[in-house]
Amino acid sequence: MNIHEFLSSPGTVYGQGPHDSIVMSSRVRLARNLKGVAFPGWAKKPDRIRSLEAILPAVQSIRQMAGAFSESMENFTAVDKQILVERHLISREHAAKNTGSGLVINKGETLAVMINEEDHLRMQSLRPGLQLKEAWHAVDQLDSALEKKLDYAFSPSLGYLTACPTNLGTGIRVSAMLHLPALVLSEQINQIIQAVNKLGLAVRGLYGEGTEALGNVFQVSNQMTLGESEQDIVERLNKVLGQIIEHEENARASLLSNKPKVVFNHIGRAYGILANAHSISSKETMNLLSLLRLGLDIGSFPGVERRLVEELFLLTQPAHLQQQFSEKLTADERDLLRADMLRDRLRNVSRPVALPPESKGPKLDKPE
Amino acid sequence: MLCDICKQNQAKVHLTQMIEGKTKKVDLCEECSKAKGVDDPTGFSLADLLLGLGAAQEMEQVAAGAELKCPHCGFTQADFKKTGRLGCADCYETFAEGLEGLLKTMHKGTKHVGKTPLALKQSLDLSDKLKVLQKRLDKAIAEEDFEAAVHLRDDISSVKNKLKELTVG
Ligand SMILES: [Zn+2]
Ligand SMILES: [Zn+2]
Repeated sequence: MNIHEFLSSPGTVYGQGPHDSIVMSSRVRLARNLKGVAFPGWAKKPDRIRSLEAILPAVQSIRQMAGAFSESMENFTAVDKQILVERHLISREHAAKNTGSGLVINKGETLAVMINEEDHLRMQSLRPGLQLKEAWHAVDQLDSALEKKLDYAFSPSLGYLTACPTNLGTGIRVSAMLHLPALVLSEQINQIIQAVNKLGLAVRGLYGEGTEALGNVFQVSNQMTLGESEQDIVERLNKVLGQIIEHEENARASLLSNKPKVVFNHIGRAYGILANAHSISSKETMNLLSLLRLGLDIGSFPGVERRLVEELFLLTQPAHLQQQFSEKLTADERDLLRADMLRDRLRNVSRPVALPPESKGPKLDKPE
Repeated sequence: MLCDICKQNQAKVHLTQMIEGKTKKVDLCEECSKAKGVDDPTGFSLADLLLGLGAAQEMEQVAAGAELKCPHCGFTQADFKKTGRLGCADCYETFAEGLEGLLKTMHKGTKHVGKTPLALKQSLDLSDKLKVLQKRLDKAIAEEDFEAAVHLRDDISSVKNKLKELTVG
Protein backbone atom coordinates (compact mmCIF):
# COMPACT_ATOMS: atom_id res chain seq x y z
CA MET A 1 0.00 0.00 0.00
CA ASN A 2 1.39 3.43 -0.82
CA ILE A 3 0.93 6.55 1.25
CA HIS A 4 -1.84 7.95 -0.99
CA GLU A 5 -3.95 4.87 -0.50
CA PHE A 6 -3.28 5.00 3.20
CA LEU A 7 -4.11 8.64 3.87
CA SER A 8 -7.80 9.31 4.17
CA SER A 9 -9.16 12.46 2.60
CA PRO A 10 -8.63 14.95 4.18
CA GLY A 11 -7.54 13.08 7.27
CA THR A 12 -8.30 13.64 10.89
CA VAL A 13 -6.22 16.79 11.17
CA TYR A 14 -9.50 18.59 10.84
CA GLY A 15 -12.83 17.28 11.94
CA GLN A 16 -15.22 17.47 14.83
CA GLY A 17 -14.16 18.06 18.37
CA PRO A 18 -14.88 20.35 21.32
CA HIS A 19 -14.64 24.06 20.40
CA ASP A 20 -13.74 23.15 16.83
CA SER A 21 -14.96 26.48 15.47
CA ILE A 22 -11.84 27.98 17.05
CA VAL A 23 -9.51 25.10 17.94
CA MET A 24 -8.61 23.29 14.72
CA SER A 25 -6.50 20.60 16.34
CA SER A 26 -4.71 19.53 19.52
CA ARG A 27 -1.37 17.82 19.52
CA VAL A 28 1.01 16.30 22.07
CA ARG A 29 4.49 15.26 21.02
CA LEU A 30 7.07 13.31 23.04
CA ALA A 31 10.81 13.13 22.33
CA ARG A 32 12.65 9.93 23.32
CA ASN A 33 16.12 8.50 22.69
CA LEU A 34 17.84 5.16 23.08
CA LYS A 35 20.54 4.52 25.64
CA GLY A 36 24.09 4.09 24.34
CA VAL A 37 23.41 5.28 20.78
CA ALA A 38 24.47 8.70 19.48
CA PHE A 39 21.59 11.08 18.69
CA PRO A 40 20.54 10.92 15.00
CA GLY A 41 22.16 14.24 14.06
CA TRP A 42 25.55 13.03 15.31
CA ALA A 43 25.32 9.29 14.59
CA LYS A 44 27.01 7.87 11.49
CA LYS A 45 24.76 6.53 8.77
CA PRO A 46 25.28 2.81 9.61
CA ASP A 47 24.37 3.57 13.24
CA ARG A 48 21.22 5.38 12.16
CA ILE A 49 20.24 2.45 9.98
CA ARG A 50 20.86 0.08 12.90
CA SER A 51 18.77 2.12 15.33
CA LEU A 52 15.99 2.45 12.74
CA GLU A 53 16.03 -1.33 12.36
CA ALA A 54 15.72 -1.72 16.13
CA ILE A 55 13.01 0.90 16.63
CA LEU A 56 10.76 0.19 13.65
CA PRO A 57 9.65 -3.35 14.64
CA ALA A 58 9.22 -2.23 18.26
CA VAL A 59 6.82 0.54 17.20
CA GLN A 60 4.97 -1.77 14.79
CA SER A 61 4.44 -4.34 17.54
CA ILE A 62 2.48 -1.94 19.77
CA ARG A 63 -1.25 -2.62 19.91
CA GLN A 64 -2.20 1.00 19.18
CA MET A 65 -0.22 0.81 15.95
CA ALA A 66 -1.94 -2.30 14.56
CA GLY A 67 -2.51 -1.88 10.82
CA ALA A 68 -0.18 1.10 10.74
CA PHE A 69 1.59 2.43 7.69
CA SER A 70 5.37 2.36 7.99
CA GLU A 71 8.06 3.36 5.57
CA SER A 72 11.67 4.35 5.43
CA MET A 73 12.09 8.03 4.48
CA GLU A 74 14.08 7.39 1.28
CA ASN A 75 11.04 5.67 -0.21
CA PHE A 76 8.94 8.84 -0.31
CA THR A 77 8.98 11.27 -3.22
CA ALA A 78 9.49 14.97 -2.47
CA VAL A 79 5.78 15.60 -3.08
CA ASP A 80 4.75 12.77 -0.73
CA LYS A 81 6.90 14.21 2.01
CA GLN A 82 5.43 17.66 1.50
CA ILE A 83 1.93 16.19 1.70
CA LEU A 84 2.82 14.66 5.06
CA VAL A 85 4.08 18.06 6.22
CA GLU A 86 0.89 19.80 5.05
CA ARG A 87 -1.07 17.23 7.06
CA HIS A 88 1.05 17.82 10.15
CA LEU A 89 2.10 14.17 10.21
CA ILE A 90 5.82 14.93 9.95
CA SER A 91 7.99 17.98 10.57
CA ARG A 92 9.77 19.85 7.82
CA GLU A 93 13.02 18.61 9.32
CA HIS A 94 11.88 15.02 8.98
CA ALA A 95 10.85 15.61 5.36
CA ALA A 96 14.52 16.31 4.61
CA LYS A 97 15.59 12.88 5.92
CA ASN A 98 16.32 9.82 3.83
CA THR A 99 18.07 6.49 4.51
CA GLY A 100 18.24 5.77 8.24
CA SER A 101 15.02 7.60 9.13
CA GLY A 102 11.49 6.28 9.13
CA LEU A 103 7.85 6.94 9.80
CA VAL A 104 4.96 4.98 11.30
CA ILE A 105 1.38 6.31 11.13
CA ASN A 106 -1.59 4.54 12.68
CA LYS A 107 -4.81 3.89 10.79
CA GLY A 108 -6.75 6.93 11.95
CA GLU A 109 -3.74 9.22 11.48
CA THR A 110 -4.11 10.09 15.17
CA LEU A 111 -0.68 8.71 16.09
CA ALA A 112 2.52 9.28 14.16
CA VAL A 113 6.03 8.23 15.08
CA MET A 114 9.02 9.83 13.40
CA ILE A 115 12.14 7.70 13.77
CA ASN A 116 15.55 9.39 13.67
CA GLU A 117 14.34 12.92 13.24
CA GLU A 118 16.29 15.11 15.68
CA ASP A 119 15.73 12.47 18.37
CA HIS A 120 15.52 8.71 17.91
CA LEU A 121 11.79 8.91 18.50
CA ARG A 122 9.33 11.73 18.07
CA MET A 123 5.83 10.47 18.67
CA GLN A 124 2.77 12.60 18.34
CA SER A 125 -0.91 12.29 19.03
CA LEU A 126 -3.24 14.50 17.00
CA ARG A 127 -6.92 15.21 17.70
CA PRO A 128 -9.49 17.53 16.20
CA GLY A 129 -10.77 20.37 18.39
CA LEU A 130 -9.64 21.04 21.94
CA GLN A 131 -8.59 17.62 23.27
CA LEU A 132 -5.22 18.10 24.89
CA LYS A 133 -5.85 15.65 27.72
CA GLU A 134 -7.05 12.96 25.32
CA ALA A 135 -4.04 13.55 23.09
CA TRP A 136 -1.70 13.33 26.10
CA HIS A 137 -3.29 10.06 27.30
CA ALA A 138 -3.00 8.50 23.86
CA VAL A 139 0.67 9.34 23.43
CA ASP A 140 1.42 8.47 27.08
CA GLN A 141 0.00 4.98 26.50
CA LEU A 142 2.00 4.53 23.33
CA ASP A 143 5.14 5.62 25.18
CA SER A 144 4.46 3.29 28.13
CA ALA A 145 4.08 0.36 25.76
CA LEU A 146 7.28 1.28 23.92
CA GLU A 147 9.41 1.68 27.05
CA LYS A 148 8.99 -2.06 27.65
CA LYS A 149 10.60 -2.81 24.30
CA LEU A 150 13.23 -0.10 24.01
CA ASP A 151 15.89 1.03 26.45
CA TYR A 152 15.35 4.78 26.80
CA ALA A 153 18.06 7.29 27.67
CA PHE A 154 16.75 8.60 30.98
CA SER A 155 18.32 10.22 34.01
CA PRO A 156 16.39 10.44 37.31
CA SER A 157 17.53 14.06 37.74
CA LEU A 158 17.29 15.34 34.13
CA GLY A 159 14.51 13.10 32.84
CA TYR A 160 14.38 11.99 29.20
CA LEU A 161 17.65 12.99 27.54
CA THR A 162 17.12 14.74 24.21
CA ALA A 163 19.39 15.95 21.42
CA CYS A 164 18.43 19.56 22.11
CA PRO A 165 18.49 20.80 25.72
CA THR A 166 15.24 22.71 25.05
CA ASN A 167 13.35 19.40 25.06
CA LEU A 168 15.06 17.89 28.09
CA GLY A 169 13.04 16.44 30.98
CA THR A 170 9.55 15.49 29.89
CA GLY A 171 10.39 15.85 26.19
CA ILE A 172 6.83 17.06 25.77
CA ARG A 173 5.44 19.65 23.39
CA VAL A 174 1.75 20.34 23.89
CA SER A 175 0.15 22.52 21.26
CA ALA A 176 -3.11 23.63 19.71
CA MET A 177 -3.82 25.18 16.34
CA LEU A 178 -6.23 28.08 16.67
CA HIS A 179 -8.30 29.96 14.11
CA LEU A 180 -8.54 33.54 15.41
CA PRO A 181 -9.95 35.74 12.63
CA ALA A 182 -11.91 38.07 14.92
CA LEU A 183 -8.95 38.78 17.19
CA VAL A 184 -6.96 39.66 14.06
CA LEU A 185 -9.74 41.79 12.51
CA SER A 186 -10.29 43.67 15.76
CA GLU A 187 -6.53 44.14 16.18
CA GLN A 188 -6.43 42.53 19.60
CA ILE A 189 -4.17 39.70 18.56
CA ASN A 190 -0.89 41.35 19.61
CA GLN A 191 -2.13 41.93 23.11
CA ILE A 192 -3.23 38.32 23.38
CA ILE A 193 0.09 37.05 22.05
CA GLN A 194 2.03 39.15 24.53
CA ALA A 195 -0.12 37.99 27.42
CA VAL A 196 0.31 34.36 26.41
CA ASN A 197 4.09 34.83 26.00
CA LYS A 198 4.31 36.15 29.53
CA LEU A 199 3.01 32.81 30.73
CA GLY A 200 6.02 31.10 29.15
CA LEU A 201 4.05 29.79 26.17
CA ALA A 202 4.98 30.29 22.54
CA VAL A 203 2.63 31.67 19.91
CA ARG A 204 3.49 31.22 16.30
CA GLY A 205 1.77 32.80 13.39
CA LEU A 206 3.25 32.05 10.04
CA TYR A 207 4.92 35.42 9.77
CA GLY A 208 5.64 35.99 13.42
CA GLU A 209 4.23 38.33 15.95
CA GLY A 210 2.51 41.52 14.91
CA THR A 211 1.99 40.53 11.31
CA GLU A 212 -1.01 38.83 9.84
CA ALA A 213 -0.73 35.09 10.27
CA LEU A 214 -1.44 33.02 7.20
CA GLY A 215 -5.08 32.01 7.31
CA ASN A 216 -5.38 33.62 10.77
CA VAL A 217 -4.07 30.37 12.16
CA PHE A 218 -1.94 30.50 15.31
CA GLN A 219 -0.26 27.77 17.21
CA VAL A 220 0.15 27.96 20.98
CA SER A 221 2.57 25.61 22.73
CA ASN A 222 4.64 25.14 25.86
CA GLN A 223 8.32 26.05 25.70
CA MET A 224 9.65 24.64 28.94
CA THR A 225 9.98 20.91 29.42
CA LEU A 226 12.12 20.56 32.56
CA GLY A 227 10.89 21.16 36.11
CA GLU A 228 7.18 20.77 35.38
CA SER A 229 5.16 17.57 35.04
CA GLU A 230 3.31 16.57 31.88
CA GLN A 231 -0.06 16.92 33.61
CA ASP A 232 0.76 20.42 34.84
CA ILE A 233 1.88 21.52 31.38
CA VAL A 234 -1.31 20.14 29.77
CA GLU A 235 -3.43 21.74 32.49
CA ARG A 236 -1.76 25.13 32.13
CA LEU A 237 -2.15 25.16 28.36
CA ASN A 238 -5.77 24.07 28.64
CA LYS A 239 -6.53 26.98 30.94
CA VAL A 240 -4.85 29.52 28.67
CA LEU A 241 -6.62 28.09 25.60
CA GLY A 242 -9.95 28.39 27.38
CA GLN A 243 -9.25 32.08 27.83
CA ILE A 244 -8.16 32.61 24.23
CA ILE A 245 -11.35 30.86 23.05
CA GLU A 246 -13.39 33.21 25.19
CA HIS A 247 -11.59 36.27 23.81
CA GLU A 248 -12.15 35.12 20.24
CA GLU A 249 -15.85 34.45 20.97
CA ASN A 250 -16.21 37.89 22.47
CA ALA A 251 -14.37 39.52 19.58
CA ARG A 252 -16.68 37.77 17.09
CA ALA A 253 -19.77 38.84 18.99
CA SER A 254 -18.67 42.42 19.39
CA LEU A 255 -17.55 42.76 15.76
CA LEU A 256 -20.94 41.47 14.66
CA SER A 257 -22.87 43.90 16.80
CA ASN A 258 -20.60 46.94 16.38
CA LYS A 259 -19.18 46.56 12.88
CA PRO A 260 -21.37 44.09 11.01
CA LYS A 261 -20.65 45.75 7.66
CA VAL A 262 -16.92 45.25 8.12
CA VAL A 263 -17.43 41.57 8.86
CA PHE A 264 -19.85 40.91 6.00
CA ASN A 265 -17.70 42.93 3.62
CA HIS A 266 -14.72 40.68 4.39
CA ILE A 267 -16.75 37.49 4.07
CA GLY A 268 -18.54 38.61 0.90
CA ARG A 269 -15.31 39.63 -0.81
CA ALA A 270 -13.60 36.40 0.22
CA TYR A 271 -16.46 34.40 -1.25
CA GLY A 272 -16.45 36.54 -4.41
CA ILE A 273 -12.78 35.94 -5.11
CA LEU A 274 -12.64 32.28 -4.13
CA ALA A 275 -15.72 31.37 -6.16
CA ASN A 276 -14.75 33.39 -9.25
CA ALA A 277 -10.97 33.76 -9.53
CA HIS A 278 -9.06 32.17 -12.40
CA SER A 279 -5.66 32.37 -10.74
CA ILE A 280 -4.95 32.43 -7.04
CA SER A 281 -1.90 31.82 -4.85
CA SER A 282 -1.76 29.43 -1.92
CA LYS A 283 -1.27 32.29 0.52
CA GLU A 284 -4.26 34.32 -0.71
CA THR A 285 -6.36 31.15 -0.70
CA MET A 286 -5.58 30.43 2.93
CA ASN A 287 -6.35 33.96 4.01
CA LEU A 288 -9.67 34.01 2.15
CA LEU A 289 -10.65 30.51 3.28
CA SER A 290 -10.17 31.75 6.83
CA LEU A 291 -12.86 34.39 6.20
CA LEU A 292 -15.11 31.81 4.56
CA ARG A 293 -14.69 29.67 7.65
CA LEU A 294 -15.61 32.63 9.84
CA GLY A 295 -18.69 33.13 7.64
CA LEU A 296 -19.67 29.50 8.20
CA ASP A 297 -19.24 29.86 11.95
CA ILE A 298 -21.49 32.93 12.15
CA GLY A 299 -24.19 31.45 9.92
CA SER A 300 -23.58 33.27 6.64
CA PHE A 301 -23.61 30.04 4.65
CA PRO A 302 -26.66 28.09 5.82
CA GLY A 303 -26.54 24.43 4.83
CA VAL A 304 -22.83 24.40 4.02
CA GLU A 305 -20.64 22.18 6.18
CA ARG A 306 -17.37 23.37 7.66
CA ARG A 307 -15.81 20.19 6.32
CA LEU A 308 -15.85 21.77 2.85
CA VAL A 309 -13.62 24.64 3.95
CA GLU A 310 -11.38 22.29 5.91
CA GLU A 311 -10.92 20.11 2.86
CA LEU A 312 -10.18 23.08 0.63
CA PHE A 313 -7.69 24.44 3.17
CA LEU A 314 -5.71 21.24 2.77
CA LEU A 315 -6.33 20.39 -0.90
CA THR A 316 -5.27 23.83 -2.17
CA GLN A 317 -1.85 23.64 -0.52
CA PRO A 318 0.99 23.13 -3.02
CA ALA A 319 1.78 19.42 -2.55
CA HIS A 320 -1.84 18.33 -2.21
CA LEU A 321 -2.59 20.21 -5.42
CA GLN A 322 0.43 18.78 -7.23
CA GLN A 323 -0.52 15.26 -6.20
CA GLN A 324 -3.75 15.46 -8.22
CA PHE A 325 -1.84 15.99 -11.46
CA SER A 326 0.69 13.66 -13.01
CA GLU A 327 3.02 16.24 -14.58
CA LYS A 328 5.18 18.57 -12.51
CA LEU A 329 3.44 21.94 -12.17
CA THR A 330 5.07 25.36 -11.95
CA ALA A 331 3.82 27.80 -9.31
CA ASP A 332 1.89 29.73 -12.00
CA GLU A 333 0.23 26.58 -13.26
CA ARG A 334 -0.70 25.64 -9.71
CA ASP A 335 -2.35 29.04 -9.26
CA LEU A 336 -4.57 28.39 -12.28
CA LEU A 337 -5.49 24.85 -11.22
CA ARG A 338 -6.10 25.97 -7.66
CA ALA A 339 -8.58 28.58 -8.90
CA ASP A 340 -10.27 25.97 -11.14
CA MET A 341 -10.68 23.66 -8.18
CA LEU A 342 -12.05 26.40 -5.94
CA ARG A 343 -14.60 27.56 -8.54
CA ASP A 344 -15.67 23.97 -9.03
CA ARG A 345 -15.96 23.10 -5.34
CA LEU A 346 -17.76 26.34 -4.50
CA ARG A 347 -20.19 26.32 -7.45
CA ASN A 348 -23.05 25.07 -5.28
CA VAL A 349 -22.34 27.40 -2.39
CA SER A 350 -24.71 30.37 -2.49
CA ARG A 351 -23.69 33.95 -1.82
CA PRO A 352 -23.22 34.65 1.89
CA VAL A 353 -26.24 35.85 3.83
CA ALA A 354 -25.69 39.07 5.74
CA LEU A 355 -27.63 38.83 8.96
CA PRO A 356 -29.22 42.05 10.18
CA PRO A 357 -27.39 43.09 13.36
CA GLU A 358 -30.42 42.68 15.64
CA SER A 359 -31.14 39.10 14.63
CA LYS A 360 -27.80 37.79 15.78
CA GLY A 361 -28.57 34.26 14.80
CA PRO A 362 -25.18 32.64 15.11
CA LYS A 363 -24.80 30.15 17.88
CA LEU A 364 -21.42 30.83 19.33
CA ASP A 365 -19.62 27.95 20.80
CA LYS A 366 -19.09 29.13 24.40
CA PRO A 367 -16.38 27.45 26.41
CA GLU A 368 -17.77 25.84 29.51
CA MET B 1 16.64 45.93 10.33
CA LEU B 2 18.96 43.10 9.33
CA CYS B 3 18.38 39.40 9.92
CA ASP B 4 19.99 38.07 13.12
CA ILE B 5 21.24 34.94 11.43
CA CYS B 6 22.63 35.86 8.01
CA LYS B 7 23.12 39.57 8.84
CA GLN B 8 22.53 40.32 5.14
CA ASN B 9 18.85 40.30 4.29
CA GLN B 10 16.14 42.57 5.59
CA ALA B 11 14.38 41.00 8.61
CA LYS B 12 10.73 40.30 7.90
CA VAL B 13 9.84 37.90 10.69
CA HIS B 14 9.92 39.32 14.19
CA LEU B 15 9.62 37.14 17.21
CA THR B 16 9.54 38.24 20.79
CA GLN B 17 8.94 36.29 23.86
CA MET B 18 8.98 36.82 27.58
CA ILE B 19 10.88 34.13 29.35
CA GLU B 20 10.73 34.57 33.10
CA GLY B 21 10.30 38.31 32.82
CA LYS B 22 13.11 38.85 30.32
CA THR B 23 12.14 39.87 26.81
CA LYS B 24 13.96 37.93 24.15
CA LYS B 25 13.79 39.09 20.59
CA VAL B 26 14.82 37.61 17.27
CA ASP B 27 14.48 39.21 13.83
CA LEU B 28 14.85 37.03 10.76
CA CYS B 29 14.68 37.30 7.00
CA GLU B 30 12.28 35.08 5.12
CA GLU B 31 14.91 32.58 3.96
CA CYS B 32 16.44 32.12 7.39
CA SER B 33 13.04 31.80 9.04
CA LYS B 34 12.24 29.04 6.57
CA ALA B 35 15.62 27.40 7.09
CA LYS B 36 15.15 27.53 10.86
CA GLY B 37 11.66 26.12 10.53
CA VAL B 38 10.03 29.18 12.09
CA ASP B 39 7.13 28.76 9.70
CA ASP B 40 6.91 25.10 10.55
CA PRO B 41 4.49 24.84 13.46
CA THR B 42 5.71 21.39 14.45
CA GLY B 43 9.36 22.07 14.92
CA PHE B 44 10.15 25.56 15.99
CA SER B 45 10.69 27.03 19.40
CA LEU B 46 12.15 30.43 20.15
CA ALA B 47 14.27 29.06 22.96
CA ASP B 48 15.75 26.73 20.41
CA LEU B 49 16.62 29.57 18.11
CA LEU B 50 18.10 31.64 20.91
CA LEU B 51 20.16 28.64 21.87
CA GLY B 52 21.69 28.53 18.44
CA LEU B 53 22.29 32.27 18.35
CA GLY B 54 23.81 33.08 21.67
CA ALA B 55 23.40 30.67 24.50
CA ALA B 56 26.13 28.39 23.24
CA GLN B 57 28.60 31.12 24.12
CA GLU B 58 27.69 30.63 27.74
CA MET B 59 28.89 27.08 27.51
CA GLU B 60 32.02 28.15 25.77
CA GLN B 61 32.98 30.51 28.57
CA VAL B 62 32.72 27.77 31.14
CA ALA B 63 35.08 25.56 29.27
CA ALA B 64 37.42 28.32 28.12
CA GLY B 65 40.84 26.92 27.46
CA ALA B 66 40.42 23.19 27.60
CA GLU B 67 38.17 21.88 24.86
CA LEU B 68 35.76 19.39 26.37
CA LYS B 69 35.06 16.25 24.42
CA CYS B 70 32.48 13.56 25.19
CA PRO B 71 34.41 10.32 25.87
CA HIS B 72 31.43 8.33 24.66
CA CYS B 73 30.65 9.90 21.29
CA GLY B 74 33.48 12.35 20.59
CA PHE B 75 31.23 15.40 20.51
CA THR B 76 32.94 18.70 21.38
CA GLN B 77 32.10 22.14 22.69
CA ALA B 78 32.61 23.51 19.18
CA ASP B 79 30.11 21.02 17.78
CA PHE B 80 27.53 22.21 20.27
CA LYS B 81 28.15 25.80 19.33
CA LYS B 82 27.65 24.95 15.68
CA THR B 83 24.48 22.90 16.01
CA GLY B 84 22.85 23.76 19.34
CA ARG B 85 22.40 19.99 19.78
CA LEU B 86 24.30 17.39 21.78
CA GLY B 87 25.92 14.20 20.47
CA CYS B 88 24.59 11.53 22.81
CA ALA B 89 22.87 11.04 26.15
CA ASP B 90 26.24 10.94 27.95
CA CYS B 91 27.04 14.44 26.67
CA TYR B 92 24.74 15.70 29.43
CA GLU B 93 27.32 14.43 31.93
CA THR B 94 30.32 15.56 29.94
CA PHE B 95 29.02 19.10 29.53
CA ALA B 96 27.06 19.23 32.79
CA GLU B 97 28.83 22.30 34.13
CA GLY B 98 28.27 24.41 31.05
CA LEU B 99 24.71 23.25 30.60
CA GLU B 100 23.52 24.14 34.07
CA GLY B 101 23.18 27.87 33.50
CA LEU B 102 21.63 27.25 30.13
CA LEU B 103 18.97 24.93 31.54
CA LYS B 104 18.17 27.48 34.23
CA THR B 105 17.35 30.22 31.69
CA MET B 106 15.53 27.83 29.42
CA HIS B 107 13.30 25.88 31.78
CA LYS B 108 11.12 26.18 34.82
CA GLY B 109 13.53 24.15 36.94
CA THR B 110 16.69 22.10 36.59
CA LYS B 111 15.32 18.89 38.11
CA HIS B 112 13.02 16.53 36.23
CA VAL B 113 9.47 16.34 37.49
CA GLY B 114 7.16 13.99 35.63
CA LYS B 115 7.03 10.64 33.93
CA THR B 116 9.68 8.02 34.70
CA PRO B 117 9.86 4.69 32.85
CA LEU B 118 7.90 2.27 35.00
CA ALA B 119 10.61 -0.38 35.47
CA LEU B 120 13.08 2.28 36.54
CA LYS B 121 10.55 3.89 38.84
CA GLN B 122 9.89 0.54 40.54
CA SER B 123 13.56 -0.17 41.03
CA LEU B 124 14.20 3.36 42.32
CA ASP B 125 11.35 2.93 44.80
CA LEU B 126 12.75 -0.43 45.94
CA SER B 127 16.25 1.00 46.34
CA ASP B 128 14.83 3.77 48.53
CA LYS B 129 13.00 1.18 50.59
CA LEU B 130 16.17 -0.87 50.92
CA LYS B 131 18.08 2.12 52.30
CA VAL B 132 15.42 2.77 54.93
CA LEU B 133 15.33 -0.88 55.99
CA GLN B 134 19.13 -1.03 56.19
CA LYS B 135 19.17 1.99 58.51
CA ARG B 136 16.54 0.44 60.75
CA LEU B 137 18.51 -2.80 60.85
CA ASP B 138 21.70 -0.97 61.88
CA LYS B 139 19.75 0.75 64.62
CA ALA B 140 18.16 -2.50 65.82
CA ILE B 141 21.56 -4.16 66.01
CA ALA B 142 23.04 -1.20 67.87
CA GLU B 143 20.17 -1.39 70.36
CA GLU B 144 20.55 -5.16 70.58
CA ASP B 145 16.92 -5.65 69.53
CA PHE B 146 17.61 -8.98 67.90
CA GLU B 147 14.00 -9.96 67.33
CA ALA B 148 13.42 -6.82 65.23
CA ALA B 149 16.72 -7.43 63.44
CA VAL B 150 15.58 -10.89 62.32
CA HIS B 151 12.38 -9.44 60.84
CA LEU B 152 14.26 -6.61 59.14
CA ARG B 153 16.73 -9.06 57.60
CA ASP B 154 13.79 -10.99 56.13
CA ASP B 155 12.29 -7.81 54.74
CA ILE B 156 15.61 -6.77 53.24
CA SER B 157 16.12 -10.05 51.47
CA SER B 158 12.59 -9.97 50.04
CA VAL B 159 13.15 -6.43 48.66
CA LYS B 160 16.49 -7.56 47.24
CA ASN B 161 14.77 -10.45 45.51
CA LYS B 162 12.20 -8.14 43.98
CA LEU B 163 14.97 -5.87 42.73
CA LYS B 164 16.73 -8.86 41.20
CA GLU B 165 13.52 -9.93 39.45
CA LEU B 166 13.14 -6.44 37.99
CA THR B 167 16.62 -6.34 36.53
CA VAL B 168 16.37 -9.86 35.14
CA GLY B 169 12.83 -9.49 33.74
ZN1 LIG C 1 18.72 35.81 7.08
ZN1 LIG D 1 28.31 12.27 23.87
